Amino acid sequence: MSEEQKPQPQEPAAKAPPAKAKPPGPEPLDNELVRRLRARFAHAVGDALEDRGQAIVFVSRERLLDVCDYLKREEKFNLLTDLTAVDRYSSDPRFEVVYNLYSFAHNQRLRLKVRLADAETVPSVTPVWGAANWLEREAYDMFGIRFDGHPNLKRILMPDEWRGHPLRKDYDIIQQDTAWVRENLGIKSGQ
Amino acid sequence: MGDFGVTQTVLGADEIVLNMGPQHPSTHGVLRVKLKLDGEKVMGSECIIGYLHRGVEKIGENRPYTQFAPYVDRTDYVAAVSNGLGYCEAVEKLLGVEAPPRARWVRTILTELQRIASHLLWLGTHALDIGALTPVFYTFREREEVLKIFERYCGARLTTHAFRIGGLQYETYDGFEEDVKKFARDFPKRIDEYEELLTGNRIWLQRTKNVGILTADQAIDLGVTGPVLRASGVKWDIRKAFPYAAYDQFQFEIPTGANGDTFDRYLVRMQEMRQSLRIIEQAVDSIPAGPIMARVGKVIKPPPGEVYHSIEAPKGELGYFVVSDGTIQPSRLRIRPPSFINLQAFDTMVRGHLVADVVAIIGTIDIVLGEVDR
Repeated sequence: MSEEQKPQPQEPAAKAPPAKAKPPGPEPLDNELVRRLRARFAHAVGDALEDRGQAIVFVSRERLLDVCDYLKREEKFNLLTDLTAVDRYSSDPRFEVVYNLYSFAHNQRLRLKVRLADAETVPSVTPVWGAANWLEREAYDMFGIRFDGHPNLKRILMPDEWRGHPLRKDYDIIQQDTAWVRENLGIKSGQ
Repeated sequence: MGDFGVTQTVLGADEIVLNMGPQHPSTHGVLRVKLKLDGEKVMGSECIIGYLHRGVEKIGENRPYTQFAPYVDRTDYVAAVSNGLGYCEAVEKLLGVEAPPRARWVRTILTELQRIASHLLWLGTHALDIGALTPVFYTFREREEVLKIFERYCGARLTTHAFRIGGLQYETYDGFEEDVKKFARDFPKRIDEYEELLTGNRIWLQRTKNVGILTADQAIDLGVTGPVLRASGVKWDIRKAFPYAAYDQFQFEIPTGANGDTFDRYLVRMQEMRQSLRIIEQAVDSIPAGPIMARVGKVIKPPPGEVYHSIEAPKGELGYFVVSDGTIQPSRLRIRPPSFINLQAFDTMVRGHLVADVVAIIGTIDIVLGEVDR
């Protein structure tokens, strides 16, 4: 129920509270919800972290839909607040797809994450939350992440014929599809 | 170009596709809507957006934290103060600092004034779209008073950049409290005037009642937040659920609607303006003395990690998801735009209505395309 975390049992007084306030950062998380998730989905649930008081749980892409369905039905996370991606360029599974969930019943947030390699796809969560429709389109448009089973996976902000996915780290800030710009906007130089 | 083919294959003989926008005056910017019509009845719709896309999130990854702050003003450009509050608080959370009380009080007052200004712009243009020509002149008159307070406080009226990471750049000017109090004293009478023009007006009622109904379940499924969600009967407001700035210090109600139609959304926003006034009146009488800036370095360099922080912007939940890799620039800066996600509910709301209701429904969602497209 409560979002407050109990002191972690597996790490007893090894790290006594330091004299100076230590900088905020991610720390392992082990609460009721995470335990319930682990009991139900075993290895599909990966790391659980707490960063600045916010819960983050990694899940595998194979069981993502089951986990989401369970979270919505049993744990009452009925609002998909946000869905986006992070490009951790140069680290191995390159992308993280981030699902920000909210439960009205418990006034609690949960951030679900899926790690993805460059060419991997992830199941669409549109069957669980209707809100995912445009958000997944945006993630596809900006990062090139493909969502399996999405009803209408096409670009949403960039023009349909645009090449490249702007929020990828290897897409430079001044890079653009010059061919498209020349053809459609009549700007010859491209810059 | 010319991609109407998508719907042509599934259309019956009597259905036509009507293209509305992107330069239609009632779309409040550059929104293009493809309507599938059976006579005058809307059978389906598709929103085409992105005309105002400027890559704000990409810019965010390429600017130091402080330099990005003015950019957020230009997402929802009619509620710049709210955007600034969300961004500054998100970075503060990432840094692990909190703005001093005086800064939080002044932030609360300015943000609530901004909510009123944003709602006034919505009310004027929404009524204008439906055909009530008068209210827009009155609402702009009062909005001007709010913008004058902003101008005296920080020198700008629209893209204000009023707040800084860690607190405020400027102390309040001499007479700030009097200006705010005067506005709070005069404004309730003005809301009465708007309500006199609209609330009992037969034409207004016929154009808004039972138009664009969104049930609570539909709204939650589509991720809708803000006044649109509350008009569907869900009593939820981030100012109460996760209080930020100084909202936990003040008494106010969360107005809700029952039917989730355009008229209820109108009523909810009218009551929200009155509640904003209550907050302003309580806050302006109790601004604490003290510093206006917390101790933050000249160069903002948050420890590695990430944070999601959201505020109740005039249009709904405005969230910032900031990922830091320990450098002076964010590694990822996601803006969760309320307009974008609320606009997704347009199709559900518009089905079965007449073409004339389309403008009423676009108006009632209260979108700003700068925020939809970012």
